[in-house]
Amino acid sequence: MASSTAVQPPYSRVPDQLGRFGEYGGRYVPETLSAALDELEQAYADAAADPAFQRELDDLLRRFVGRETPLLFANRLTEHVGGAQIYFKREDLSHTGAHKINNTLGQGLLALRMGKRRIIAETGAGQHGVATATACARFGLECVVYMGAEDVRRQAPNVRNMRLMGAEVRPVESGSRTLRDAINDAMRDWMGSVETSHYIIGSVVGPHPFPKIVRDFQSVIGRETVAQCEHDLGRMPEVVVACVGGGSNAAGMFYPFVDIDGVRLVGVEAGGHSASPGSHAASLSHGQPGVLHGSLSYVLQNQDGQTSDVHSVSAGLDYPGVGPEHAYWRDAGRVDYTSVTDAEALDAFDLVARQEGILPALETSHALAWTIREAAKMPPEAVIVVCLSGRGDKDAAEIARLRGFSEDMSHG
Amino acid sequence: MAEAAVDAPITKLAAALAQREKAGDVVVAPFLTAGDPDMDFTFEALEAAQAAGATLCELGVPYSDPIADGPVIQASYTRALNAGASLEGVFGLASRASAQLSMPLVAMTSYSIIFRRGIDRFAGEAATSGLTGLIVPDLPIEESAALSKACRQSGLALVRLVTPTTPPERAARIASESTGFLYCVSVAGVTGERVSLPQQLKDRVLWLKEQTDVPILVGFGISRPEQVREVGEVADGVIVGSALVRHLEAAGGSGSDARQAVLATIASHVGDLVTAGGSARGSRTGGDGR
Repeated sequence: MASSTAVQPPYSRVPDQLGRFGEYGGRYVPETLSAALDELEQAYADAAADPAFQRELDDLLRRFVGRETPLLFANRLTEHVGGAQIYFKREDLSHTGAHKINNTLGQGLLALRMGKRRIIAETGAGQHGVATATACARFGLECVVYMGAEDVRRQAPNVRNMRLMGAEVRPVESGSRTLRDAINDAMRDWMGSVETSHYIIGSVVGPHPFPKIVRDFQSVIGRETVAQCEHDLGRMPEVVVACVGGGSNAAGMFYPFVDIDGVRLVGVEAGGHSASPGSHAASLSHGQPGVLHGSLSYVLQNQDGQTSDVHSVSAGLDYPGVGPEHAYWRDAGRVDYTSVTDAEALDAFDLVARQEGILPALETSHALAWTIREAAKMPPEAVIVVCLSGRGDKDAAEIARLRGFSEDMSHG
Repeated sequence: MAEAAVDAPITKLAAALAQREKAGDVVVAPFLTAGDPDMDFTFEALEAAQAAGATLCELGVPYSDPIADGPVIQASYTRALNAGASLEGVFGLASRASAQLSMPLVAMTSYSIIFRRGIDRFAGEAATSGLTGLIVPDLPIEESAALSKACRQSGLALVRLVTPTTPPERAARIASESTGFLYCVSVAGVTGERVSLPQQLKDRVLWLKEQTDVPILVGFGISRPEQVREVGEVADGVIVGSALVRHLEAAGGSGSDARQAVLATIASHVGDLVTAGGSARGSRTGGDGR
């Protein structure tokens, strides 16, 4: 490959032994969980050193998930936008319709290694819940998924699918009744069941070693993309884009790129209605360093340290924190973080649906909105790769409702 | 770091604990949410708890995402925050209570709140407001160096927690680093009342007593006099939280009669536990403590 792949200083050499990404990360949890996190860290280190583990996971990713996922040239969208060439990394084609399965299979195998037969998970959009329920069914594990009551309403098809695969879905009525509250309740469950249960956290958030483990399992996205760019394009792209809520698809996409010089990495957060507090979920764009759910990262909170209410049209981005590695990349200037509004994301959804015949997830639509806007400003020889993190079937009914043609559909 | 001065806040805590130890009584430490339903009520509840014989009180600093707490305390925190409880308000309450009550106060607070305030600033303000120590349930020992230093400089106790899932070597380290007292969590799980306590609890407390010189208080799941008697046979005291906090909701949004009724309930509940703790003295083992 060309000289553009010169390795820069050590963006990929994190976290350290204490789970620190620069100053971020760490492990801020009740003592009850300390031993389990130590056990998980050890189990992961053992697994990472065991070729049989990687073989088993690779085999599942190939035959069960359908990897590798394609890199698709979005030719009609590119033509419509009239700028840089837009490529989609098709995580939406993964089994269960999003990247989340990469992590749940990996962590499911870790649970088996640790002899834990009961799995807890939280979910926002429901994609991680479905991916966890799927892995549990495949491995024969008991599965309990916590989901904010508001999200249960917004993402009904995923709730149904989880239950069909034998998972118990527990709606969470406390607080804002969204992802943040679901994580609280999942952690509380784990506090009382830690010796027999494993908590499969769904993003690159939480106490060490979760942010590292989830990033590593998701990095298959970026590794494949690097190889596909080399093979298909003969070079690296100018820009790689992903949406960021907790940040797992972005971390998995970016991590293999962070030490490749000359590739601009852009994380797109949920700008909600506006930039005023409570109207968005853009932790990196508008938050400040703070501790939430076990790690130090950028958080949306008030001056007393109370977590702010957040808003996004997309349940999977509706979260007041973000993974600590993103905080590290932000401060290091390696990744640019920006946001788009609900309305821009919905417009991108419409455009991609009509131009490409793909219904993207609303989360993904945020990355697409930024891409559509910025690609127009770039020359036609430039390449933008978007992580198409998930499919939008789960959102179709809600979008139809927002668009005001839910009645048409009920007659359809 | 220099030893805490004689008039350091931690001295008040240590003296109160030592006095009970000398008398052979089981320490009863109620937990109350600051600001549920309002700071004035919490002050009156602290007064009532002291009058009923509480040795010290834990003041819960309301937090939006308390992952170590069960539904009762979580709901109480939510009510307090919705009623406008702020950190200024909590420190104001602590100042008033520490000036007017002899009973030492210890704040139970999430590290999220401390970090946001600034570690040194938080410790300084806590000490100035008369708090004698901090319990930070989401701060494991590996992450605690900065706060530990700030507490030493401000003369505050930093009370550590050991749990049933803590391996022995780690528990010994935590016990030896705890100042003021050691918080022994009775069960794996979140705060809240439990019908029964684990069999191995007594053995664990006896083992912990060999690892530290500070008193050992047992918390999580304690609500009834017979549990105080049972735990009091080996531990220096008990912490009771959810069983008291569950009454606070009835004090909100209603007339003074309802507030008085809740105060009376708290006083009588604390009083029953104190009485049980006094009657446990004859059966206490290792009563000479250290």
